[in-house]
Amino acid sequence: MNARIGVITFPGTLDDVDAARAVRLAGAEAVPLWHADADLHGVDAVIVPGGFSYGDYLRAGAIASFAPVMRPVIEAARDGMPVLGICNGFQILCEAGLLPGALTRNARLRFICRDVWLRVENADTAWSSAYSAGQEILVPLKSGEGRYVADQATLDALEAENRVVFRYRDAALNGAMRDIAGVTSADGRVVGLMPHPEHAIESATGPSADGLGVVTSVLNALVTAAG
Amino acid sequence: MARVVVDVMPKPEILDPQGQAVAGALPRLGFDGVREVRQGKHFELELDDGVDDETVHQIAATLLANPVIEDWRITRVPESSSSETA
Repeated sequence: MNARIGVITFPGTLDDVDAARAVRLAGAEAVPLWHADADLHGVDAVIVPGGFSYGDYLRAGAIASFAPVMRPVIEAARDGMPVLGICNGFQILCEAGLLPGALTRNARLRFICRDVWLRVENADTAWSSAYSAGQEILVPLKSGEGRYVADQATLDALEAENRVVFRYRDAALNGAMRDIAGVTSADGRVVGLMPHPEHAIESATGPSADGLGVVTSVLNALVTAAG
Repeated sequence: MARVVVDVMPKPEILDPQGQAVAGALPRLGFDGVREVRQGKHFELELDDGVDDETVHQIAATLLANPVIEDWRITRVPESSSSETA
């Protein structure tokens, strides 16, 4: 099976090229999706990449969450299609209501651009099954509004349901509540994270090749679903 | 036509580092006595007659504010000539 993974480009998206490259390196076909598309061209999964869609106007991800292409993405996600949001894509999925919580200005207002260690907390989602629970991976973080927030009840529910997928190993990195770097939907098919696994897919260009596991995870999930 | 103001503010329990930065700058500029600053957004909407407050609340909840982290307040701005027609 040759999986087809859509990569959305909004005006202001930056990391669609790297995301598509990660998809190809993992052995799947990357299908470009445009923000104005009304359908998903029959893809098996969707990546919402990072950047500054619509210039972060209003709130990061707010305008993009209402872009035409997001309507079929939201419908497909509700039917179980794997969807991954990276950085601005994570912000978009939260604004779209596919993931709980929100991303706000980093504590101390600093834009953080460096490689960070993440602990994989949940290795059972569509986008993390190639890892093992407790594994630590090194990927770049580059965001000014990466501070994950949600109310206490939501945070408690996420922890109880094992829906925190990635956690910063270094405490209080950007002020994210409970050091949360990434979360998943109740069905484990939608994942969002602030750091950039697509920038860590081979040693020549990234700090590690740890990030490729995110894409190989979804390929396994798609094969399992097809079989 | 009616003018409506929507003020969007971070919820009290949400950390507001921008407001904190402003509050931190004031003493350096010689302004003492400011205990706290919260920074929000101010929207001015020009509405056709007949757009009710319920609709404005929906506009605020859908787009202007993120209900996860922000509260909003809607204020109708009286126009000088509107008292006869209102």
